[in-house]
Amino acid sequence: MKILPDLEKHTLELVRLASTQLPADIVDALERGRDAEAEGSAARATLDTVLANIVMAAEASSPICQDTGTPVFYVRHPWDYPTPPMREAMAAAVREATACSYLRPNAVDSVTGANSGDNSGEHFPAFYFEQWDRPDEVRVDLMLKGGGSENQGIQYSLPDRDLGAGRDLDGVRKAVLDALVRAQGHGCGPAVVGVCIGGDRGGSIAVAKRQILRPLGDRNPDTTLAALEDELRAKGNELGIGPMGFGGATTVLGVKIAKAHRLPASFFVSVVYMCWAARRHAMIIKAGEVSYD
Amino acid sequence: MIDLRTPISEDQIRQLHVGDVVAVSGTVVTARDAAHKYMVEQWIEGTPAGDDAALLAILRPVLAGGVIYHCGPVVRQDESGRWHFVAAGPTTSSREEPYEHKVIGALGVRAIIGKGGMGDLTLGACAEHGAVYLHAVGGAATLIAQRVREVEDVYKTEFGLPEAFWRIRVEDFQCVVTMDSHGGSLHKEVLEKSRRRYREIMGG
Repeated sequence: MKILPDLEKHTLELVRLASTQLPADIVDALERGRDAEAEGSAARATLDTVLANIVMAAEASSPICQDTGTPVFYVRHPWDYPTPPMREAMAAAVREATACSYLRPNAVDSVTGANSGDNSGEHFPAFYFEQWDRPDEVRVDLMLKGGGSENQGIQYSLPDRDLGAGRDLDGVRKAVLDALVRAQGHGCGPAVVGVCIGGDRGGSIAVAKRQILRPLGDRNPDTTLAALEDELRAKGNELGIGPMGFGGATTVLGVKIAKAHRLPASFFVSVVYMCWAARRHAMIIKAGEVSYD
Repeated sequence: MIDLRTPISEDQIRQLHVGDVVAVSGTVVTARDAAHKYMVEQWIEGTPAGDDAALLAILRPVLAGGVIYHCGPVVRQDESGRWHFVAAGPTTSSREEPYEHKVIGALGVRAIIGKGGMGDLTLGACAEHGAVYLHAVGGAATLIAQRVREVEDVYKTEFGLPEAFWRIRVEDFQCVVTMDSHGGSLHKEVLEKSRRRYREIMGG
């Protein structure tokens, strides 16, 4: 059995990075979006403000967005690293990050309404552990998932009579674009959209959310899904909702789609909406060396 | 850019239209989900007594002609006990739709700052009582926090720090009017347009 030394300290740095610095691919996409908006438009001014805020937050090492969201940890580790001490160290890092004002105290007891004050709580933060076959390498992907965007997530059960959406890819198209129309500016677009076609209710949403970790420029190995991703990104931008719902050309930065086998009786389409502040950061601990990506 | 300094008069509000860019200065009170539920249930529809009445007496003169900001900030307390705003962008306003029209009507609030826009109840209250909805850039939290010059006080910390009423002094907090007091709403326009586009794209 192996234990990672200083995991709490390294995770604190991971949380700081995730809260205060956006990944380069997201910043690039926001810059391209800004350049695509008309001179003098509200959409362009909004993206200028967004980009200025990104620079300021990184320089000041302060949160990009005050809603530092649910910390969601995706941990991949070798079989001989037990998960309970990793979970403990990472949860401690989250409490520490809250004391440092990298995170807002965001965990509220759903029955009493009491805020725990340090981001500790039942099923909070969220952890997904998975063993892999790389010896002596642990990879932790952290996503900070804000509430305003999370509230715009939705799960469709096809067929959907209101949308005229059947159990086929055209039905999937209708569902995903409908989710964007419903979201308008409430979830702080332009969005990164994670989709899962199929699966059971809970698993489908988890798979959709995991798609948000994918870099915007990656290529889905499934050629059908890759084409659907491109098509829905383009059509999403044709909706004209724009940054913050002000109207404009930049509604979606990327659409990432996965599929999961379903029961004959079920056909879910799960849509997870991620705000422009798509905070994700990775930490790799390999043979004792720590790097961040 | 139009300067709006608190207290704001009805006349100033009536001159504003969707698309105007404003710079808000003066005293602003943050209020989000728990605070809105509290204001309506305790102050407006209840009979406030004790601490609730005392808080109403403190905040009523600030809110009359004042500004409510939908925000749950990241804050820091220094060694002397003073609070500072570290990150303070707007939260999604639509959750306050069941409450806001009552708050505007009963307390005389002139401006609501938030993101994502609000619905017909709030739009109606803006027209009836002379108020506007101002849109700040969601997520621009570090930038906006720098417009906060001072945290004057905080009330109801038992709601949790993000949900408390924070009374702050801001200088040149830039926003766009997206709902005015003449029935205009950018959010309604964009919603209708995007629904039309959806039907065109999906061929139905």
